[in-house]
Amino acid sequence: MSAFNAIGDEREIDRDEYTPGIEPQPTWCPGCGDFGVLKALKQALPEAGKTPEEVLTVTGIGCSGKLNSYLDTYGFHTIHGRALPVARAAKLANPELEVIAAGGDGDGYGIGGNHFIHSARENHDMTYIVFNNEIFGLTKGQTSPTSPKGHKSKTQPSGSAKTPLRPLSMSLNAGASYVARTAAVNPNQAKEIIKEAIEHDGFAHIDFLTQCPTWNKDARQYVPYIDVQESEDYDFDTTDRSEAAEMMRETEDVLNEGTVLTGRYYVDEDRQSYSQEKKAVGEMPDQPLAERYFDDDAEWERSYDLLDRHR
Amino acid sequence: MSDDELIWRIAGGSGDGIDSTSQNFAKALMRSGLNVFTHRHYPSRIRGGHTYVEIRAAAHEVQSRGDGYNFLLALGDSFARNPQEEAYYGNEEIKPLSENLDDLREGGVIIYDEGLVSEDDVEALDLEERAEENDWHVYPLDLRGLAKEHGREVMRNTAGVGATAALLDMELEHIEDLMEDAMGGDVLEANIEILHEAYDSVNEEYEFNHDLRAPTGEHDAEQALLSGSNAIAYGAIDAGCRFISGYPMTPWTDVFTILSQNFPDMGGISEQVEDEIAAAALAVGASHAGVKAMSGSSGGGFALMSEPLGLAEMTETPLVLIEAMRAGPSTGMPTKPEQGDLEHVLYTSQGDSQRVVFAPGSIEEAYEQTRLAFDIAWDYQIPTIIVYDQKLSGENTNVDVEFFDREPSPDLGSTLTEEELREAAHDNSGKFKRFNHEDAENGVAPRSLPGQKDGRYLATGNEHNPVGHISEDPDNRVHQMDRRLEKLESIRTELDEERESTQTYFGEDDAEYGIITWGSSQGAVEEAIERLNANGHSVKGLSVSDMVPFPEREVTEFVESVDEAMVVEMNATAQFRGLLQKELGRFGEKLTSLLKYNGNPFEPAEIVEGYEVNLADEDREPTAQVRIEPAAGD
Repeated sequence: MSAFNAIGDEREIDRDEYTPGIEPQPTWCPGCGDFGVLKALKQALPEAGKTPEEVLTVTGIGCSGKLNSYLDTYGFHTIHGRALPVARAAKLANPELEVIAAGGDGDGYGIGGNHFIHSARENHDMTYIVFNNEIFGLTKGQTSPTSPKGHKSKTQPSGSAKTPLRPLSMSLNAGASYVARTAAVNPNQAKEIIKEAIEHDGFAHIDFLTQCPTWNKDARQYVPYIDVQESEDYDFDTTDRSEAAEMMRETEDVLNEGTVLTGRYYVDEDRQSYSQEKKAVGEMPDQPLAERYFDDDAEWERSYDLLDRHR
Repeated sequence: MSDDELIWRIAGGSGDGIDSTSQNFAKALMRSGLNVFTHRHYPSRIRGGHTYVEIRAAAHEVQSRGDGYNFLLALGDSFARNPQEEAYYGNEEIKPLSENLDDLREGGVIIYDEGLVSEDDVEALDLEERAEENDWHVYPLDLRGLAKEHGREVMRNTAGVGATAALLDMELEHIEDLMEDAMGGDVLEANIEILHEAYDSVNEEYEFNHDLRAPTGEHDAEQALLSGSNAIAYGAIDAGCRFISGYPMTPWTDVFTILSQNFPDMGGISEQVEDEIAAAALAVGASHAGVKAMSGSSGGGFALMSEPLGLAEMTETPLVLIEAMRAGPSTGMPTKPEQGDLEHVLYTSQGDSQRVVFAPGSIEEAYEQTRLAFDIAWDYQIPTIIVYDQKLSGENTNVDVEFFDREPSPDLGSTLTEEELREAAHDNSGKFKRFNHEDAENGVAPRSLPGQKDGRYLATGNEHNPVGHISEDPDNRVHQMDRRLEKLESIRTELDEERESTQTYFGEDDAEYGIITWGSSQGAVEEAIERLNANGHSVKGLSVSDMVPFPEREVTEFVESVDEAMVVEMNATAQFRGLLQKELGRFGEKLTSLLKYNGNPFEPAEIVEGYEVNLADEDREPTAQVRIEPAAGD
């Protein structure tokens, strides 16, 4: 018998269940792209058959970090840049949980960049949504890792001398097995991509363009957006690393010229997730570790039985 | 200093197998009925560089490395990078024989490997002259040649052990048994042959002119030889810890390694991750999801854990961290012990953050207090830290096997089951009041786990209201802060009134003077006090393990009961004395400090001398490399 009966509960799920009964007033500005992520998640989760209490949403710090204040799952609002290591361990401790990690571009590609690389490398089975608004919003508009070269802000008064980081290419090279970009201005695609990411067995990275109308672009500047799967101008195989890499590079290049390309870029359904790999080498229990603490019949090993090597 | 003990030093280069040879010899001595205590000294490099292990063995109890040594097996350093004239690190080839030679006691015995140590180098040491002066007995043996003849060159350690046994008049039985446990086939055969060959040839070739012999003793119960790192790891296992995350760093790596090697067979999970920030954050994540988890590091790595530590405190996620101190600041001396991270551990992380800190003083205490750390962390939902050091981490001593015959305690403390959650307080919208300050007992609000029905809440490092939502409401802020602070006071009460004290006392109650110490300096202090009292002084000792919450009552009573007290610790800035005075707010005029920070742990004689110079008002400077800090006003 499970101690976690919210998990695997097969019932009809109303999307309103994901809205807190007493909802905190969102702190996001009117017109903020973050509302688009919230809405897409509220649609995708019930469609993927997930009940709110089997989902753990782990966020970093920034406007994006407030996501789980308005999404009524189990939530862990962590510290700046550290959502991924917290999320990874929760998934290892109880692999039956549906784990979604989220944060901003500063959070995930800047201060938490090391964790991003290693989480993708290890291919943990989780969804990672990066709210990419190309700016530090909550701290009032400083240049971020994805801000275009020449971006002027209070901390880069003469314009940034740095070329922006390439989130999709970085993700692919680090080892993510699902890489997509969507945008708040494209709600249907966003919902579909989030649903695919949830259903994907491995590290699914979504670079989610969320306009920051206060400090950066407003929604109109991400329109028109082009879905690379639907447009006839683009033809590449999402299961081919080289083709995916080329498409990602072009997507990253043209964004700063005003062309917004979105869609699925890389999908590897064959790669084993981290917990499968870890099980294969015998370093991960078959049953969720978290269940064991509630199992009255569990036999707990003792150090007393390890003493032979010390005699 | 007692005459009925052996302090055997085996010296050579890193990578020469000094560690494993000494481990087996220590076990052989233990099996022969002696109490043993080991001390390990090694450089921060993979191959070469002077390294030694000392094994102190006696029929009486041994709580420290002892003073100096009385038997030297100098093997030579096969990886020595030798030197043009005036090499920066000195002549490495001769170091196993030359280093700390002055610490060899009068009447001591020296074996050195003629096969590796050059005649010229020995001559340069004036060994003959010094041996005469100090009544040392020198046995040059071609251990390398002997090993080569019967097996392989690397087996010269075995030849050295065989020669040792001959000179100490020990039987080979236990040594052979241990070799059989460790190896097999041709390798075993060759080693056994070398062992006997060395033993016999020393007996045949030499007329012994030394008095030192192996002590004899008998144990009442079966013994196990363990290090402090073993004890911490085993305490964690018995507390039901099954998740560890870490990043390699000396000396914390030992605990990480032991648990990583044992967890797969126990259904546990070990994660070596990208950095220490991640390591501590993973432990927080695993604990949040319902597993008893720990992480740890040494000074520099622990610095990176500061933020996850604060997150655990604010989100009330149970967590055990361990901090294995080494000499700092910065990279400092990576393989040398020091108690210099106390203030770092006490105060790191922003805001009025709270944690519990224990500093075990022995192998047994390391086990007990690790278990206690898990109990406290999971009962009170608070980070709990074990702070120890390179010394306790690597030293081995024998413990009754039965000491470990305990029940495991995998209990999750103040965590609710789904059944209990249904009955727990929820807000009007049905959200679980995870941080309910209204009827929290001892400040503890029971928690739920993700995946449980009816337990949904938000954990956040921001200040938050009872269901976890971010809140900057002043009334809520004060309620939540006060409730979190109440937990620490409740822990203080539990430790003070409901549990056996974790502090350790030595000497007679009515003694005139006191010595106070903390953590791993405990054993040397205990022996120093015995010796001082045997010499007619009136001294008692207190070794403190509870750093937070500080045992105010016990320490106050101790300091009040003596005329003066000397605080002994292995750092340069008297960090523990500072804590004591901060917590008690007085006694500045009664407390002096004896400080050592040269990278080597205290020997009991250094504490005896420090006491005599300091408290017994002898008008002289200490000869040891220590520093005395006077009392306030002196």
